Amino acid sequence: MAYTLTVNGTSRTVDVDPSTPLLWVLRDQMSLVGTKFGCGVGMCGACTVHVNGQAVKSCSMPVSAVGEQPITTIEALSENPIGKRLQEAWLDVDVAQCGYCQAGQLMAATALLSKVPQPSDADIDTHMSGNLCRCATYIRIRKAIKQAAGVAEKKEG
Amino acid sequence: MHLRNDQSRRSFLKASAVTGGGLMLTFNLGTAKAATATEANIGAFVRIAPDNTFVIMAKSVDIGQGVKTSLPMIIADELDVDWSQVKVELAPLDTEKFGAQNVGGSTTIPRNWDNMRRVGAAARQMIVSAAAKMWKVPEGELTTGSGVVTHAASNRKATYGELASKAAAQTAPDLKTVKLKDPKDFKIIGKPTRDVDAPKIVVGQPLYGIDVQAPGMLAATFERSPVFGGKLVKANIDEIRAMPGVRKVVVVEGITGKGDPARQNGIEAGVAIVADTWWQAQTARRKLRVEWKDGPTGLQSNANWEKTALEFAKKEPQFNIRKDGDPDATFKGAAKVIEATYSYPFLAHATMEPMNSTASFNNGKFEVWTPTQNAAAARTSISKVMGIDEKDILVHPTQRSGGGFGRRAQPDPAVEAAWIAREVGNGTPVKLVWSREDDIRHDNYRPAGYHHFKAGLDAQGKLIALTDHFVSFGENGKFAPMCQLGDNIFPAEFVPNLSYGASLMQLGTPMGPLRAPGSNALSFVFMSFLDEVAQASGRDPLQFHMDLLAEKRVAAKAAAPAANGQPRPPGFDAERMRGVLQLVADKSGWGKRTMPKGTALGMAYYFSHAGHLAHVIEVTAGKDEVKVNKVWVAGDIGSQIVNPIMAESQVQGAVLDGIGQALGQQVTFANGRVQQGNFDDFPLLRMNEAPPVEVHFNITGNPPSGIGEPALPPVHPALANAIFAATGKRVRSLPFNKAAGFAV
Repeated sequence: MAYTLTVNGTSRTVDVDPSTPLLWVLRDQMSLVGTKFGCGVGMCGACTVHVNGQAVKSCSMPVSAVGEQPITTIEALSENPIGKRLQEAWLDVDVAQCGYCQAGQLMAATALLSKVPQPSDADIDTHMSGNLCRCATYIRIRKAIKQAAGVAEKKEG
Repeated sequence: MHLRNDQSRRSFLKASAVTGGGLMLTFNLGTAKAATATEANIGAFVRIAPDNTFVIMAKSVDIGQGVKTSLPMIIADELDVDWSQVKVELAPLDTEKFGAQNVGGSTTIPRNWDNMRRVGAAARQMIVSAAAKMWKVPEGELTTGSGVVTHAASNRKATYGELASKAAAQTAPDLKTVKLKDPKDFKIIGKPTRDVDAPKIVVGQPLYGIDVQAPGMLAATFERSPVFGGKLVKANIDEIRAMPGVRKVVVVEGITGKGDPARQNGIEAGVAIVADTWWQAQTARRKLRVEWKDGPTGLQSNANWEKTALEFAKKEPQFNIRKDGDPDATFKGAAKVIEATYSYPFLAHATMEPMNSTASFNNGKFEVWTPTQNAAAARTSISKVMGIDEKDILVHPTQRSGGGFGRRAQPDPAVEAAWIAREVGNGTPVKLVWSREDDIRHDNYRPAGYHHFKAGLDAQGKLIALTDHFVSFGENGKFAPMCQLGDNIFPAEFVPNLSYGASLMQLGTPMGPLRAPGSNALSFVFMSFLDEVAQASGRDPLQFHMDLLAEKRVAAKAAAPAANGQPRPPGFDAERMRGVLQLVADKSGWGKRTMPKGTALGMAYYFSHAGHLAHVIEVTAGKDEVKVNKVWVAGDIGSQIVNPIMAESQVQGAVLDGIGQALGQQVTFANGRVQQGNFDDFPLLRMNEAPPVEVHFNITGNPPSGIGEPALPPVHPALANAIFAATGKRVRSLPFNKAAGFAV
């Protein structure tokens, strides 16, 4: 089946089985490999992209369900002012260890700040708990989100 | 740098033009003859461009532990350039030029701290010599900084870039005696320095094995025997061949000899499906119907092991590991005797980037791209399994790996990709990607284990006897890989009457190193049981441990030198441990804070991978749930933290990793098959479960050691001890949610 998708502002047509997850269309058909495969069942969030501005786990969305909704991947995140701010905070805090999950974390965090510009710790827990980090960089992810949002870090201890 | 005195091995320097101008300084150590893995061709590390920028090679791969940044930092500091002038490149696999390049065991910093300094200092020395000759001034009148040599008396300056060609003609200094910086003059070492790949990570640039792309590349998936060592009887291969996109179906008979428990020199039996895309291969795989012959490993199950372990624990150990004094007689005369049985489960690694490798085979030669902790081992394994000479196998470690944790020390994904690529032939690159279920079910696991402890206290509450009957895996008195209990495991030598013995059960599934191997399990059982002993002694745990550690300074039995002849870093040192224990007690307010009912602190410490680490964990525990409020860590990893930002991050990650393991992770077997498969039944810690982790280092005059691993082992017992302090409930098996019925 041929599907025409709008990815990062560009219209592209692919010929794939309708069941093919958006993740594999991005990675194998469009060479957009910044979006990562982690679990294949929507439990880790490594594959998070924006579909119509919403954070979506692309491993669990068949290409046939995308329709005309615009898709943004990590490769174009810096065109989003919130995304750009988060990327800068990620660099400033030096969030990543292995870095594999961080594209998904950044996509999820951008969706969070788009909805909740000044998130509380509870907001961060709610919105970011679908994104696993095996290196467990959660403390820095939280710090970077707050820095990008201009929210003061809670004093610990 | 481990240099010999032999004159023929003196360093010499080669200068060669590099593309785009500039010079590559090649200090050659005569590596053609008998170079050991600990020696390196140092000049291969530094390239100087005419514009006075520097390419520094990272000799070892980054799996998230930060060495692609920290190793070049060490060279750059001694070279005396600014970090902003440096570009880092990952070295190709070339152990003659770069020395041993594998990563694991938190060895990269201790193994390379000194020699990376000498590489940088030698390059600087040659540049200084060149300037001294050019200006006809004594070298002692020259200073360096920011890649510039200055002669203050005559107000002359030259950049390293300008001096590079002259420097290349200098005799290389003896690496053993080259002058190193006074550590107080470090400008890069010890400064928080961002990961060199971070700018690429945040924009999603291809860095990982799974991102490898090549013209005409095909994708593969591999259905392995669900039981290790099982064989394929029959499968609906013709049906699969006809599925959309499928190009090739490869039946692998399997090589899993008995002498290869760690899967280093074999390949599992199974069916590989090669298609145009991975999704097509995976879709075809769902239609695959295979009849397997399990073999003897098909009988193994947790139920059997648990039953056997409890029977063994009641008997005498099958063999002795260590015996001091007379524990049995001491128990008879002891004022108090405490007994307890502990256990922990098998664990998978679950690296975030699933196992994968890409390979092509053409005219008898392999080219392989693999995310690995040990590219050289991957090359050796491919050579052995395929019968191809190592010189005909080109292995590229990928720019980064999406986590390692010991899993990528094993070469099996690279061997599988090579096998499939050979069947496809014609030089067609084939990328094999494991599903998450493949990853959880075909790992080299952290072994489970059972420990039956007995301890005796005298009337003053002093620990006078301790025994451990360890029920583990292996055959004929020989432990299976990663199952060992060493005779030097703490508190050996700190208790006068002590014995360790073991009994072994059969195991057919391969085991492998998981972050802090050995220690990641032994710490839980020993330091939890010692907390029970402390409670029974009537002393506060801090006091109990300070008293125990005051008995002796260092273990009498020094660790044997490593296989490559290098001396081991200093071993367990009670004084260093007391130092971190006091530091973490001070920082956490141990014994000084009033906490609400149900909230309490637990402490534990452990020596592993040359690091001395002590943790305090605060929990709030209710009847059926436990919340970790905060973790304090104090570590002693020697005289220098190379990159503080990464050291802190490694500790925080290790602590949260340990909490995740303790709360919910286990791999279990039934009919020889792993029962878990994805993050629903093998859960990793999530954002909402991650407490703050406060990290402190005690800087001591010891050689710098690694921090990827040693912060993990104290986590499990500190948490168990905190749960006991909060609830009175002693958790003696992992994971805690299973043992204590906690909903976490």
